Amino acid sequence: MPDFIAEWLNENDIFNAMTLMEYWGGMVTTVQLVFLSLVIGLLIALPLAILRTVRNPFVSGPIWLYTYLFRGTPLLIQLYIIYYGVAQIPGIQETFWWTIFREPFYPALLAFTLNTAAYTTEILRGAIIATPNGEIEAAKAYGMGWLLRMRRIILPNAARRAVQAYSNEVIFMLHASAIASVVTIIDLTGAARNIYSRFYAPFEAFIFVALLYMVLTFILVFAFRKLENHLLRHQRPAGS
Amino acid sequence: MKKLIVAASCVLAMIAGTAQAQDRNLRVAFDIPYEPFEYRDENGELTGFEVELATAMCEELNANCEFVIQAWDGMIPGLLARKFDIIMSSMSITPERAERVLFSEPYYITPGGWFGPESFDTDVTDMDAMRGKNVGVQRGTTMDTYVTENMGGVVSIKRYTTAEDMVLDLEGQRLDAVFVDYPVGEQTILNRDGYKEVGESVKLGDGVGVAMRKRDTQLAEDINAALKKLKEDGTYDAIMNKYFSYDIKI
Repeated sequence: MPDFIAEWLNENDIFNAMTLMEYWGGMVTTVQLVFLSLVIGLLIALPLAILRTVRNPFVSGPIWLYTYLFRGTPLLIQLYIIYYGVAQIPGIQETFWWTIFREPFYPALLAFTLNTAAYTTEILRGAIIATPNGEIEAAKAYGMGWLLRMRRIILPNAARRAVQAYSNEVIFMLHASAIASVVTIIDLTGAARNIYSRFYAPFEAFIFVALLYMVLTFILVFAFRKLENHLLRHQRPAGS
Repeated sequence: MKKLIVAASCVLAMIAGTAQAQDRNLRVAFDIPYEPFEYRDENGELTGFEVELATAMCEELNANCEFVIQAWDGMIPGLLARKFDIIMSSMSITPERAERVLFSEPYYITPGGWFGPESFDTDVTDMDAMRGKNVGVQRGTTMDTYVTENMGGVVSIKRYTTAEDMVLDLEGQRLDAVFVDYPVGEQTILNRDGYKEVGESVKLGDGVGVAMRKRDTQLAEDINAALKKLKEDGTYDAIMNKYFSYDIKI
């Protein structure tokens, strides 16, 4: 370790081994929470987005209502309703569900998953209905059925159109996860709030956590750039 | 002639003495309502623990006291602008405030209290029994510091921004017990069915003092002496027992 870093670490009261471990624990929690909610959310969103494009209003209607509710209300309110609301259901403490909902992690995971699934559904739906008619007609002319058309033509191209908007959703989700700290989860923001209140040092505690979020965001941006390069290879000018 | 001078100086001294005793006017600031410390009763009269203590203190100081109502955020500015002379409105002694005002010796301290459901039967001082229990505190309070320092690795500490959120989680059985400012716990937890105090309360922090302007060092000395007397002669205890079921004396 360079001397000046060692010296600086020795001189300050705030960034000692204990608080750095607290930040590290917070980082692990944040990554777990965001990663799990994004993966589950995407798995839910994909079938919902396809069904949302179906003409039958009894199929697409409920999905529209779901995305409208979750995009129409703040994530913080959804988290409050799920975390505190569930605990108020009479008798829930005696059921098996309480072992899950007792811990703050799972209510938060549920709120984040439902929220990101709603946004992702709309992103994917937009990409699906933007499929050029010519592609669908060509697929039909080849004799492809609905399923094969969806799998071979519509979804791969929709994924290309959706990836940029989806990368934004992922970054927003990472930043939105900061509200997990209001339900006692010690994520990155929760760690920063604890350290801030212990040392009355808002600048140090929050600027450091902001840097950690920026590092995480940078990793996401980098990963999505790679993915875009891969998916959108065909759009690059010839010879590059 | 010499006799006359002595007599005259005696008279002068007497006048000066009585003038000093009676002419001290003190304007005391409160922020109401803050039950049971200062509030208006049903007749609109100003009353409460600090109001009665201030009255007794003024008698002790032989001062004419006038009570002034001032909103909390203008307390210290109002004092410095000479709108009143002392603050007796539950102002906790902190180093930040002590840079701007002069505090008397503390005259009360609210303890941190342990509260939990009726079914809670663990000794909160027994670290082995408390291992793994979920304990709620308000983030950044003296109660938070106490639990973090004394039970950090033992219990699972859940920190909340507001007392309401914490009480909700106690109700929802996410918490086994909470450690909270006693008056807050008394108001929000003890008045519900099925909850009780689950441990000895603990006095934390530096307490609450009378705040005055930095230059009034003589006044501070007199106030300290008056408070000391009230604490010793039973007046303080009588007022305290009228408003509190627990000990806030310091």
